[in-house]
Amino acid sequence: MLDDKDRIFTNLYGLHDPGLEAAKKRGAWNGTKDFMALGDDWIVEQIKASGLRGRGGAGFPTGLKWSFMPKEVKDRPHYLVVNADESEPGTCKDRDIMRHDPHLLVEGCLIASFAMRANACYIYLRGEYIDERIALQKAIDEAYAAKLIGKNACGSGFDFDLYLHHGAGAYICGEETALLESLEGKKGQPRLKPPFPANAGLYGCPTTVNNVESIAVAPTILRRGAGWFASFGRPGNAGTKVFCISGHVNTPCNVEEEMSIPLKTLIEKHAGGVIGGWDNLKAIIPGGSSVPCLPKDICDDVLMDFDALKEHKSGLGTAAVIVMDQSTDMVRAITRLAYFYKHESCGQCTPCREGTGWMWRVLTRMCEGKAEMAEIDMLLDVSQEIEGHTICALGDAAAWPVQGLIRHFRHEIEDKINTYRAGKSVHAVAAE
Amino acid sequence: MSGRHLAKEQPDSFAFSKAGEKEAKYWIAKYPKGKERSAVIPLLWIAQKDNGGWLSEPAMRVVAERLGMAPIRVLEVATFYTMFKLEPVGEHLIQVCGTTPCMLRGSEKLIKVCKKRIGEKNTISADGKFTWEEVECLGACVNAPMVQISNASGDHYYEDLDEASMEKLLDDLAAGRNVKAGPQNDRHTSEPLGGAQTLSDKSLYNGSRAKPLKSIPNAPKAAKKPAKKGVAKKAAPKKAAPKKGAGK
Repeated sequence: MLDDKDRIFTNLYGLHDPGLEAAKKRGAWNGTKDFMALGDDWIVEQIKASGLRGRGGAGFPTGLKWSFMPKEVKDRPHYLVVNADESEPGTCKDRDIMRHDPHLLVEGCLIASFAMRANACYIYLRGEYIDERIALQKAIDEAYAAKLIGKNACGSGFDFDLYLHHGAGAYICGEETALLESLEGKKGQPRLKPPFPANAGLYGCPTTVNNVESIAVAPTILRRGAGWFASFGRPGNAGTKVFCISGHVNTPCNVEEEMSIPLKTLIEKHAGGVIGGWDNLKAIIPGGSSVPCLPKDICDDVLMDFDALKEHKSGLGTAAVIVMDQSTDMVRAITRLAYFYKHESCGQCTPCREGTGWMWRVLTRMCEGKAEMAEIDMLLDVSQEIEGHTICALGDAAAWPVQGLIRHFRHEIEDKINTYRAGKSVHAVAAE
Repeated sequence: MSGRHLAKEQPDSFAFSKAGEKEAKYWIAKYPKGKERSAVIPLLWIAQKDNGGWLSEPAMRVVAERLGMAPIRVLEVATFYTMFKLEPVGEHLIQVCGTTPCMLRGSEKLIKVCKKRIGEKNTISADGKFTWEEVECLGACVNAPMVQISNASGDHYYEDLDEASMEKLLDDLAAGRNVKAGPQNDRHTSEPLGGAQTLSDKSLYNGSRAKPLKSIPNAPKAAKKPAKKGVAKKAAPKKAAPKKGAGK
């Protein structure tokens, strides 16, 4: 188990004051100017050496991403855009960072922007996080007043402006190019890539989009050393990570832990165990709604990191662990996710716009058992036609939970169909 | 996608309140010259607040004019983003999160309470006080099930609900009593019920971490000591950056 002294977010639960003075006492803003004095290349090297992989879901190496920005600022300014549009079902980690440890994020914005020669940064916050917006804006105002950001930030000679922007309820804006469209005042519809944002992003300028947690851990990595961060987790899966444990556990919570912690340990140590005991577990979605669920036998010993979960055809995603016990109707649980993706499809690409609705309608019938057996394979086939055939990854994200359901819980769909055909009440059987 | 259309009955006009006017200026100033349209979502949100919780067509026109946008572009934005309500709502707008993590913890029971107490979704209760709807994941999953309530006091999250606490919440709002936002059980925020199991090490909070760093890890030899002088010019880029994943 991770020691308290190695936790980055020391005010995760808001038990202490989130304000500047208290944050400084906990170590925020310590040495910021000195890191900047060592230069942008040095910072990028440290982040690379730490092995930090993006915390927003895709797990792309953060330092490498930073190095894609042009080496010199020419006719177009550089931008850092922080993706705070946290809306992946199961995920609520960035929320705690922004309302309880906002100064780590503000400091991270300065350091990352400096490393990428960006004099301005926008934080794109999801619209519903209104109390969080107030909390984060307060931290930004404090940092300006203390001259930590603004002209000559931290006395470094570097000018830096940080702006908080907000959306208005659209999951798709968590996709980086949809986010940029939205920030430009348009509908949040993803852009075709290339050009990638590092070449043409916000307002057509070189832009890097990073998740809140990726940015907020950067200052502590510099303070404690890349080697310290890399010492946690298995190779290629370095660091500490905020996990969100929801669903059928005794005490749902957020907690910062070491990467590669066994899933079972994570749940039993921090979330009070599965309701009714570990043997009452049916399935877990380990990384937010977009990744396929895993049945209990895999959950027994799987490690929580990018590579281990990928081996089981799932993913770490945002590390949002959704636990489902034996009382769960898996078909209904996944159908509700299918509805979510139908609701959140931006409507731009036909496979996703039509396919998400089609999958939801078929699954809704399957919940009642009103389907043909052959439709299970047809559903699988359609999900594979959506996957990989859209501009952005929402199509994939909609397909994977359905594929996970069929891969591991095909028998539950078949049971429902058989029960319906036998003229029995589906719900009565499901409740047995 | 969700089909969303303007309300049939529209008011004749809209104007920002004084405070709304000030706030609009604050937002527009955040974006570069010529990119004012970036402020469209914040301005529509302010307009919605100034219009009693929903967006009318005249309000969209005022926003379009303010930002130099074609009205159709504002309409596109207003109909795309689901936080913009296109029909009038009650004094308290109750948004019940219904996505799977909340569903697993009983959001369907909260919906039942809302139906019983308020009526069908997206309608205004007879007394004009309430409107409810089911929304998609609000990002408070470890405090499920939960609702967001928008009213004159703001837009707060009410978490860790069950049928009884939901009923009580509605009672209190109906009676005009103050309600405490956040978890409706004994939790503070996102820590486990019963108290945090981590972050108890006192040395995290006694100021020892604010002491100047003795040395910067991995700093080049010459600069092992934190630099005294402050002029960190933007480091002149040194040739090409090291190729892929160096240092890993």
